[in-house]
Amino acid sequence: MIRRDLQVDTHGRLKHFLTIEGLGSELLLRILDTAESFAGVGDRAVKKVPLLRGKTIVNLFFEPSTRTLTTFELAAKRLSADVLNINVGASSTTKGETLLDTLRTLEAMQCDMFVVRHAQSGAASFIARHTAPHISVVNGGDGRHAHPTQALLDLFTIRRHKGVLQGLRIAIVGDIANSRVARSQIHALTAVGVAEIRVVAPKTLIPSGVDSLGVRVFYRLTEGLRDVDVIMMLRLQKERMQGAVLPSTHEYFHFYGLTEERLSLAKPDAIVMHPGPLNRGVEIESEVADGAQSVILEQVRYGIAVRMAVMALTLGSHASRERSEP
Amino acid sequence: MTHPLPAVEPLISGLAQGISRTLIQQNRPDPVMVGIRTGGVWLATRLHAMLGLRSLLGTLNINFYRDDFTRIGMHPRVTPSNVPFDVQDRHIVLIDDVLHTGRTIRAALNEIFDYGRPASVTLGVLVERSGRELPIHADVAAQRLDLTAYQHVKLMGPDPLELVIQRLA
Repeated sequence: MIRRDLQVDTHGRLKHFLTIEGLGSELLLRILDTAESFAGVGDRAVKKVPLLRGKTIVNLFFEPSTRTLTTFELAAKRLSADVLNINVGASSTTKGETLLDTLRTLEAMQCDMFVVRHAQSGAASFIARHTAPHISVVNGGDGRHAHPTQALLDLFTIRRHKGVLQGLRIAIVGDIANSRVARSQIHALTAVGVAEIRVVAPKTLIPSGVDSLGVRVFYRLTEGLRDVDVIMMLRLQKERMQGAVLPSTHEYFHFYGLTEERLSLAKPDAIVMHPGPLNRGVEIESEVADGAQSVILEQVRYGIAVRMAVMALTLGSHASRERSEP
Repeated sequence: MTHPLPAVEPLISGLAQGISRTLIQQNRPDPVMVGIRTGGVWLATRLHAMLGLRSLLGTLNINFYRDDFTRIGMHPRVTPSNVPFDVQDRHIVLIDDVLHTGRTIRAALNEIFDYGRPASVTLGVLVERSGRELPIHADVAAQRLDLTAYQHVKLMGPDPLELVIQRLA
């Protein structure tokens, strides 16, 4: 468990952004409101504001990613920061350098922020604890633990479509056991007070103790989708599965794939979300992924504004701390 | 501690007349108006109606363009800028409540240019006070005030609009 004071300073300002847990609805909504003000930047002639001019942001990716990396990169660039993308898997660690040596090297280059993606749970908070005090760390996904900016952009997308978050009934469908996205989504939706969170998956993909998070567990998709406002699909994480948890992806689609017919069980104005990348024909049918109720591409676009907000708030809080605590 | 100042309503009328005259003198037809949040937007809303401008009113929030972000950080709950017209080749009337150091106007000009290249920018302010730190001046100012660095003049509003001077400690 990450202590709140690792993420938030004594004035309630965001120092690092590592997990949704412990942040509270007020801070989460403040990030969403800030993202709202950045959302229009992409529509202008010059898709940039000079807020983080002179700051250097390092995308430190120990695990491959395209969507998360590019949206973090675009977010930083739209704030006028300088960006360095480092694919650590393919660089110094393979030459034997330790993680801490990599950090010290990057600190020596006078960077201001690390966006960390790592296959190991807890990697981002480890880095936050060991890095120089002037550096902010943002978790871009760590193992099965958390993917907090994804959960925030999901909240942002839901709020854009539904207006309010309270009172909504939401189904998270798929590989709950291996999904850091699901974990962060559950914490975020709980914090803002939605009416009901359902998790829908076969028994082998439901982690033990999930009901202690306050969610309702459904093993049948047809029951889990009934009358929901939002359907959040998850990618089947074949790379994280060990052993025989599923007979075949074909059978998975047969029981848990989101089809138009099953979608009709949800409310007529329900929206369909997916963090990407899509496994078409495995967890979702193309007609639904490309259909009128799908907001999957909006999620990608809003991800930029949300990541801009997280970067501006964390780096901005460092600025004010330096002044108030000389 | 605050001191009351001249009534705002007559100043707004004077500002509207001054802007109108300047636009004619400078040959700047079919202008669009942009107000700077928050006081500038209150004024611009009034001026926009008085001058009978046809296009929608634009609003700027220059928080993302401030030069003191690295000192004071991010303001929470920033209302986004809204420029509901193409600024390219347009004559822009920029409105703010108080012209002081000139830094807000510098930021606003930078932001305007990120939307496109205007034909011209005419700056109208309610109060032009002493203390400029940049080579920026108002084309039209309804009131000039000589104030010390310890005095801060502020437009309170939106209803009623009122100018007050606050003495900084």
